[in-house]
Amino acid sequence: MEQRRIGEVILRLEDISLAFGGVKALSEVSFDVREHEVRAIIGPNGAGKSSMLNVINGVYHPQVGRITYRGTQRQQMVPHEAARQGIARTFQNIALFKGMSVLDNIMTGRNLKMKATILEQAIRFGRAGREELEHRRKVEEIIDFLQIQHIRRTPVGKLPYGLQKRVELARALAAEPDLLLLDEPMAGMNVEEKQDMCRFVLDVNEQYGTTIVLIEHDMGVVMDISDRVVVLDYGRKIGDGTPDDVRANKAVIDAYLGVAH
Amino acid sequence: MAGTLDTFPRLMLEHARVRPDHPATREKDLGIWQTWTWRQVADEVRALACGLASQGFRRGMHLAIIGDNRPRLYWSMLAAQCLGGVPVPMYQDAPAAEFVFVLNDAEIDFAIVEDQEQVDKVLEAKPQVPTLAHICYDDPRGLRNYEGILSFERLQALGREFDRANPGFFDAEVAKGGADDVSVMLYTSGTTGKPKGVRQTHSAFIAAARGGCEFDRLGPSDSVLSYLPMAWVGDHLFSIAQWVYAGFTINCPESGDTVLTDLREIGPTYYFAPPRIFENLLTQVMIRMEDAAAPKRWIFRRFMDVARRCGAEKLDGKPIAASDRALYALGNLLVYGPLRNVLGMSRIRVAYTAGAAIGPDLFRFYRSIGVNLKQLYGSTETCAYCCLQPDGGVKLDTVGMPAPGVEVKIGESGEVLVRGPMLLKEYYKRPDATAEAIDRDGFFHTGDAGYFGADGHLRIIDRAKDVGALASGAMFAPNFIENKLKFFPHVKEAVAFGHGRDKVCAFVNIDVGSVGNWAERRGLPYSGYADLAAKPEVYELIRECVEQVNAELASDPALASSQVSRFLILHKELDPDDDELTRTRKVRRSFVAEKYAVLVDALYGGKSVQHIVTQVKFEDGRSGTVAADLRIVDTPTFGPDAARKAA
Repeated sequence: MEQRRIGEVILRLEDISLAFGGVKALSEVSFDVREHEVRAIIGPNGAGKSSMLNVINGVYHPQVGRITYRGTQRQQMVPHEAARQGIARTFQNIALFKGMSVLDNIMTGRNLKMKATILEQAIRFGRAGREELEHRRKVEEIIDFLQIQHIRRTPVGKLPYGLQKRVELARALAAEPDLLLLDEPMAGMNVEEKQDMCRFVLDVNEQYGTTIVLIEHDMGVVMDISDRVVVLDYGRKIGDGTPDDVRANKAVIDAYLGVAH
Repeated sequence: MAGTLDTFPRLMLEHARVRPDHPATREKDLGIWQTWTWRQVADEVRALACGLASQGFRRGMHLAIIGDNRPRLYWSMLAAQCLGGVPVPMYQDAPAAEFVFVLNDAEIDFAIVEDQEQVDKVLEAKPQVPTLAHICYDDPRGLRNYEGILSFERLQALGREFDRANPGFFDAEVAKGGADDVSVMLYTSGTTGKPKGVRQTHSAFIAAARGGCEFDRLGPSDSVLSYLPMAWVGDHLFSIAQWVYAGFTINCPESGDTVLTDLREIGPTYYFAPPRIFENLLTQVMIRMEDAAAPKRWIFRRFMDVARRCGAEKLDGKPIAASDRALYALGNLLVYGPLRNVLGMSRIRVAYTAGAAIGPDLFRFYRSIGVNLKQLYGSTETCAYCCLQPDGGVKLDTVGMPAPGVEVKIGESGEVLVRGPMLLKEYYKRPDATAEAIDRDGFFHTGDAGYFGADGHLRIIDRAKDVGALASGAMFAPNFIENKLKFFPHVKEAVAFGHGRDKVCAFVNIDVGSVGNWAERRGLPYSGYADLAAKPEVYELIRECVEQVNAELASDPALASSQVSRFLILHKELDPDDDELTRTRKVRRSFVAEKYAVLVDALYGGKSVQHIVTQVKFEDGRSGTVAADLRIVDTPTFGPDAARKAA
């Protein structure tokens, strides 16, 4: 287990610009993420927050800009490459296998860690059986960590929304990521579910030392749990700093908070 | 067993000697049931006891134990007892403010708690508890950056070191223990006033455990699921006293939410639950049956009729018709067997319910599907043990006959008096209360009003202090009326008023699960409890229940004037966090009457709507208010003739 100490910069994004045809989603956005920190991306609807996450894990490829992850510079990431390098994510619209049980869903998060071939796995031959036990143990630790023992065997589609979000986090954690991208982990939750989720995000960060980049709309949540916040508006970065800095930033207040002045 | 096995530590060591490899404790961890044998348990307890001793825990000191049912917390009780100390289990769902009283009253120096949640609460209480010096935790999650607290592993490691340095220490401490030492201090739930610490000796709890085990022939091969609050006397009797006496296996569920799954996996042979748990189980079954396909529903209904007709008689060994016997056997194959399996009751030999009255339909349901459900009667002061229903002599309206070695008589005022080896030694630091509760002849005054029937079975009417009189002088037993209401699955809680009044009125809490399902099937939309409770359709549903209760009451001349003439459905659920219920979920009648005085006035003042604003505490400790306009509804009451027709 690692101590939580904010360390060196592990991910640096420089001058990222992304356009879909004539629509500019991101324009010359630069920011960095330090090891073990909780980094929030906020901004009004359509500001380019999800696009930013998609750039980081390689779903979108920016036309301009450089991404440096753990010393390796590239213009774009590829999703499976990102996953192999320890980047995992959750989605704004839950992307789980609805008909599969919670346990099986989380197990899919272990996919990259499995060495046995598909054939071996199909007949549980040799190392496939041993491996499965090992992975199952890890998955059970995550189930315990996120306190979802009671729904282990429940098909995901039958669960309420808040729990599905938690299962999605569990699946991302199953990959034992260094960098975890969370796209609106608390959207659509009630107060109690939000509190639980905050607790879990902080616990993950603290216990496993995982670096977390999250998008969130609830300002209270963002200000409470993040170390640094980057603010986007119409694809441009308009603020970057500690929650207090951002709260005091005039441009941010105008663009996003809008009310208190 | 030999006469020298007169304390729990000695009994435990005897099991470790006689059946070292027999499973003593199981816990589901990371999805797998982990087992500790008696030898391992004895070893863990030894290390723990020595660890406590190394930190300065001495004879006569109190050890607070707070958490869900975890093996290590059960072992902590034994460890404290080994050193001649007294474990004080506390209700784990109480907020920090409630901890303060017990921690101070018991002068707690050392606390062993489950996890971060409990550590936080104890730390919050600590500034107000000057004696509290040591806190030890079981689950390290989230506690890495806390200072000044000790992990369970560390405490045991210190203990093993201490044991090596002082080899004869542990055995000498166990040898010093005597049967008349206090073995545990359990706090009463406090329906009235502050909780009192009930001090029970080894000999008292061993007597209660022995009585129960012999009565129901419990032995090492039995298995129980330990899931009730550890601070409750019932759990202490079943999961500690009888466990260590009989040497069976206790199983700790994975978490509070997984109890039903765990129950099914373990298939306990011996089971104990308050009526509300049996009721929840049945409600879930019924909800699922309503959603089942038509042919399944038909089979279920058809065979439940058969079970209702002859199931309970069959269990009692009474003769039944051959055709019914054949039908029951078929039903057992198709319905009852699978149902028992789903409920986790396939292997149950004996199941007990206590703590509150159980509904007739509920009781009969379990017995009719072949679950040997029985009732017992007792209190914290009598080690939860006093009267038991013998096999073959189970009756719904009684709590059974006095247990072996227990004397029960009815006092002049109608109060139930008890004498026997399992009585409390004293209330802690409350000689006045002790003197009041135990009279010169050694009888304990239970505070319950009851009577013996011609069959020798005890029947409990109500709490003696609750039994009042209507303005007309007729007897008013609120509990009795409330229980009748609560027997309906739609009614979760009820509070009846009437003492010194001319008629009886009641508050009702609906059961969200059951009424919610009812509403869904009718396509009735609702947003939450308050919204659902205010629906006219729901009022109509509850009115029918009240009317039925009135019809039953009318048929008993003594109770006919206790019919509920007006009622309202409360806008919030009564909650222990708001002090409306005790931690064991009993209504604090006078508190509720005071808090909702406007509503009581409205009930008696003839109003049909009353506005109310109520403070509520949320689970995270914050508070807020709930406001509502409550409707008050009149219900028809019956004269004696109408009642006969209705019945």
